[in-house]
Amino acid sequence: MDLILFFITAVIAITGAVAMLVSRNAVHSALFLLLNFTAISVMYLLLSAPFLFAIQLTVYAGAIMVLFLFVVMLLGAEKVEDAPDRIAWQQPLALLLGLALLVVSVVVGLGGATTPPPVGEALAQFSDPRSLGALLFTEYLLPFEVTGFILLIAVIGVVVLNQRGRKI
Amino acid sequence: MVPTSYYVLLSAILFTIGVLGVLLRRNVIVVFMSVELMLNAANLALVAFARERLAVEAQVLVFFVITVAAAEVAVGLALLVSIFRTKRTADVDEVSTLKG
Repeated sequence: MDLILFFITAVIAITGAVAMLVSRNAVHSALFLLLNFTAISVMYLLLSAPFLFAIQLTVYAGAIMVLFLFVVMLLGAEKVEDAPDRIAWQQPLALLLGLALLVVSVVVGLGGATTPPPVGEALAQFSDPRSLGALLFTEYLLPFEVTGFILLIAVIGVVVLNQRGRKI
Repeated sequence: MVPTSYYVLLSAILFTIGVLGVLLRRNVIVVFMSVELMLNAANLALVAFARERLAVEAQVLVFFVITVAAAEVAVGLALLVSIFRTKRTADVDEVSTLKG
């Protein structure tokens, strides 16, 4: 059952990614990327990480993709790639290097020793969001606060970068 | 239960698609989206290994990656908007002022 769900979701994720890569319109790209993010959030659920599922949906599929769509439509930058590429050999070289990267990462990723996936009581405790929350607010409290600071800096940066009437 | 290697395989495929997006596309927003796709692929591999090892710490790491990615997207898109305002283009080939 899990395997069937995995394969369906994997096909959706790869389709979304490839469609994002090939579609000429940036709005379509953003929507296909949204499909891919949603599929990955389902993957998190299959991997018994329900908290990350919720975070992925709200932060990535919600906030980040809305930001992307908003900027694409604000700039009107849907189609800019009419002119041919300036470097002629870039495209075949990129495909070649991409293929090499895929082969290498598959070999490395599958080369390690694999233990059978855990089941039962330990997995139930692992998938409980409470254990993640406890870890976040005890052992990783300082990184958590630093993250809040990073978000504050991001807010200030966005405001400064988009001030009107002032040259940076 | 789905073996961890299947997730690693999917993650590798998605990461490669992201790399190809960065290398092949010239619309700066699509390039940025491909970077996000690569981040997501890395996150997927992390969560898969977290389940194999039953390490909740890896989930904490993914949580931090997602939060920092949100900040990165906000600043990056603000940069793109201000580049577009001054250069009137979203083509990465056109933004070459720093080229020697």
